[in-house]
Amino acid sequence: MKISPARVWREKGSRYRLEGSKCKKCNRVFYPPKPSCPYCSHSETEKIDLPKRGRVISWTVEYVVPEGYREYAPIIIGLIELEDGTKVLAPIVDVDVDKVYEGMHVEAVLRKIFEDGNEGIIIYGIKFSPTI
Amino acid sequence: MRKVHIVGVGMVRIDRYYDKGYMQLIRDAAVSAFNDVKSYEPEAIVVGNMLSSTLYNQDSLAALALDAIGFRGLGGLKVEAACGSGGHAVIVGYSLVASGLYDQVMVVGVEKMSDYPTSTITSALAQAANAEYEYIYGVSFPALNALIMRLYMLKYEARREDMALWPVRMHEYGSRNPYAQLRNRITIEDVINSPIVSDPIRLMDSAPIGDGAAVIILSSEDVARKLSDTPVEIAGVGLGSDGLDLSSREELLNPISIKRAAEKAFRMSKLTPSDIDVAEIHDAFTITALLSIEGLGFADLGESWKLVKDGRFAVGDKPSVNLSGGLKARGHPVGATGVYQIAEIAMQLRGDFPGVKLDKAEKGLAMNTGGVGTLTSVVILKR
Ligand SMILES: [Zn+2]
Repeated sequence: MKISPARVWREKGSRYRLEGSKCKKCNRVFYPPKPSCPYCSHSETEKIDLPKRGRVISWTVEYVVPEGYREYAPIIIGLIELEDGTKVLAPIVDVDVDKVYEGMHVEAVLRKIFEDGNEGIIIYGIKFSPTI
Repeated sequence: MRKVHIVGVGMVRIDRYYDKGYMQLIRDAAVSAFNDVKSYEPEAIVVGNMLSSTLYNQDSLAALALDAIGFRGLGGLKVEAACGSGGHAVIVGYSLVASGLYDQVMVVGVEKMSDYPTSTITSALAQAANAEYEYIYGVSFPALNALIMRLYMLKYEARREDMALWPVRMHEYGSRNPYAQLRNRITIEDVINSPIVSDPIRLMDSAPIGDGAAVIILSSEDVARKLSDTPVEIAGVGLGSDGLDLSSREELLNPISIKRAAEKAFRMSKLTPSDIDVAEIHDAFTITALLSIEGLGFADLGESWKLVKDGRFAVGDKPSVNLSGGLKARGHPVGATGVYQIAEIAMQLRGDFPGVKLDKAEKGLAMNTGGVGTLTSVVILKR
């Protein structure tokens, strides 16, 4: 993956703080954020802070991973429905691969997601951890 | 718009060709297409391909293809829609002829995947997903499909064994297709005991990695009979899209890109799903097959797995689906696949498909999609 500081920086709101976008016309909320509304075609959206808690609606345990992700494998990828109904796709951590279930309550945590070699940029982002 | 016909098709068997690069594969498929027409004089070329930039640092693919077939000087371009590139390329080629710009256009689908280890291919294919919010987490393409497969199984109460019936059928058909990459028969046990790729997707739920090239020669109606005694008409075409990222999709089990593409193609051809005799659909994974059948209107949402279990969509049914063996067994050289599918349907309608075939098929459909049903093309052919 080709990483540059600007590429990471401009996504900071959504990637570190879980900001989504809300359509100013139909009020649909999206994550990741969109500059226009994909469903009603309105071209004005606003930033919105999304709830940090949700539940698992689907998940997969990924054994065959892309290059550069070997050290994270197996990766549990979750499809999370937040408390306001917005969906987020992100890894699920701090849990055994056979202990994830439909409806499991999870909360957003900030974790390392990728290291660009030994001297490159380290990217952080949102993952989900079981709610205690 | 003018009527457009498929006058010639050609393809190579999908395989791991360590001795052949893009040029040789394209040349071999083109020669087989040229042998399929009485004469030819292509005026432009369209190339369907996904991975040449990523894996080979090769852009300008149309120029490479033109030199491969000896037509330097003609105009051309590459069309990219991830694993759906081939079907989209045919629709671009169709448009060049339908518009009256050219009378004869050649469409090439080509992909090489066997030169690199699986992790490299996994990375390259993951480019079909959202780079900033999916790929960056190490989310593979099988993983995205696995999320959808689990949702489907939970919502519609399909069991793991039910989801293994499709690949078993595809291998049976593939075993009789001389162009198929996988020609071994398999059992339900083989599928459910194969290695896990991204749970619940296992190796045998997935299309194999391979190299391939297929060619279709398109022409306007006025020259079609000069080039072929058995031209096949392109009766309808349609395109559609869904969200690049899964999380922003409102309904994850409602394949809107497939529905949109199908609606357009059916309206244009003045046909309905029940008119179709034979179809090639996009079954990169078993879940993709089910959503394709539902999106095309061959089954209601959530019903396709039960119909497959009842033996529907097998050879002789209307429609008979994936008699080639599908992506699962014929193979899936990603950007070339859509061209293979349309060539196979043309051969089914002509009656000369060399594998499992129908006695008398008049109307056929090919559906190809890139991403998780993200960019879809549907092409309807009639004899
Ligand atoms: Zn809106």
